[in-house]
Amino acid sequence: DQVLHIVPETFQQVQHLQHLCNTLLLDLWKPLLPEDIWAGEDLHIRVPAPLVQEVKDSLDQYTISYRVLIPDVQELVDQSMPRERSSHRQVPEGYVYTQYHRMEEIYQWMTQIQKSNSELVTQHYLGKTTENRTMYYLQISQPSDKIKKIIWMDCGIHAREWISPAFCQWFVKEILQNYRSDPKIRRFLQNLDLYILPVLNIDGYIYSWEKDRLWRKNRSPHMNGTCYGTDLNRNFNSSWGSIGVSYNCSSEIFCGSGPESEPETRAVAQFIKKKKSDILCYLTIHSYGQYILTPYGSTTRPPSNNEELMHVAEMAAAALMGKYGTSYKVGPTSLILYSNSGSSRDWAHMIGIPFSYTFELRDKGTHGFVLPPDQIQPTCEETM
Amino acid sequence: DIDGVGHKYHLELELEDVLDKDSTVNCTAEVLYHLGNKNIAPDVQFTLEGELKNTDEADNVFYNRIKSLEKELVAENIPDNYGNVSPEMEPIHLLAWVASGYVIWQNSTENTKFQLAQIKHVKQVKRSDEYLEFDYKILLHEMLTQEIIPWQMTVLWHPQHGVEVTRDSRQPKQA
Repeated sequence: DQVLHIVPETFQQVQHLQHLCNTLLLDLWKPLLPEDIWAGEDLHIRVPAPLVQEVKDSLDQYTISYRVLIPDVQELVDQSMPRERSSHRQVPEGYVYTQYHRMEEIYQWMTQIQKSNSELVTQHYLGKTTENRTMYYLQISQPSDKIKKIIWMDCGIHAREWISPAFCQWFVKEILQNYRSDPKIRRFLQNLDLYILPVLNIDGYIYSWEKDRLWRKNRSPHMNGTCYGTDLNRNFNSSWGSIGVSYNCSSEIFCGSGPESEPETRAVAQFIKKKKSDILCYLTIHSYGQYILTPYGSTTRPPSNNEELMHVAEMAAAALMGKYGTSYKVGPTSLILYSNSGSSRDWAHMIGIPFSYTFELRDKGTHGFVLPPDQIQPTCEETM
Repeated sequence: DIDGVGHKYHLELELEDVLDKDSTVNCTAEVLYHLGNKNIAPDVQFTLEGELKNTDEADNVFYNRIKSLEKELVAENIPDNYGNVSPEMEPIHLLAWVASGYVIWQNSTENTKFQLAQIKHVKQVKRSDEYLEFDYKILLHEMLTQEIIPWQMTVLWHPQHGVEVTRDSRQPKQA
């Protein structure tokens, strides 16, 4: 298929072009409708491959000059978005980490990552979502006799924060790609296991792709299906429902009907509770704002290990800034952001996990949730 | 704290040019949030310590481009769902940003933090005078409530006379 650029010069040319579009049912990219074709104005038409010669002949016949704007539309589409059916795209070497991916692709990616890195990676069942989709996490673990401490990282608890799942995927890729060549990563994995949940709020993420880009919550129905969604990051059992929430389903910070009322919350909480004695660090990735947030959101009373928490976070922010100069603010949510209760990060710390952080990735509001794909790489690189 | 009046904040800011990160200007400002009536916009006084960059050339290019369109400009979803803004739409995006700043100021309290999230729709309105007029439907993101609030704003612009929001109104959230 080709896209042609034409600037009709006369009214007759306009008429002929309208006729061509209507009879051949050509795909008008600009303007949208044949009746909006005007002399002197840019016209972009996508012509299906079998009709290209016929259309060009017809334009020549009416001495309408044209230029080929896009010589191969499919090529351009493939470059910007990998085709789902194309089998070679599912190999991680062909996976484009600098683009946003829909959930089906992420599921396929997880399977592939495990297949091509089976000595280190295993995929595990975590639970089911409200709409009955399966939640999986990836375990990156170097085979060894000793029991290792765990670092848990989840992404995509809020549907619209697309840079977050993109980061989890990038992170996995970086670790696996550089495991052999980077002694730091090898040493890391000698002593620690990584558990990564690339998308926590799967139903919400899919909804943000298909229906509403700025959706935040999960998709649990309330009030007889007249209202949807609980804010999963207000649904954990950490001073649940006390501050910075709404009890009204129509709010974006609706905390649900009770602590852990949502299957997604329960799936994560049950697992973490089971493993908590071995979990050293809980990380949850969000956007936007450029913060590294420490407990708590529900109170300004500092956590017991506040000094150490802050020190580590400050070192992280400094390292992050060293890469591209991006500045992150560090501190407890309740002091530098706003008060909220029921967050997963507060909960993780309250049950005894010493290092618990929320990362709010780029940016500071210029693009907000709709961060362009060309920022995926720098955001992920600096956060690594 | 000013008894009986409200809360006054003294700020020292660094303004950074969105189009040229190295270009910065210092600024001091005083913001007074009024007690009680939350429907009054906060008072803002500011002083720029330096000059803002001259944008005459880019302004005129944009102005002439729009003026020479045969049909009024119409566009949707800027940026698109992937975060992309086409080069032709960049000035429309920037204009919305500036105009939304005014709307945000008029509706801010000590407990709000607004950002422009997306332009859902923009339509140029034909005018007989030299001004350009755009009817925008935008989405504002409020940080504390995390709400996405649809808002309509009518924006007037002219290279020499700057930006003016002549009408704006909060829109009902779509079901």
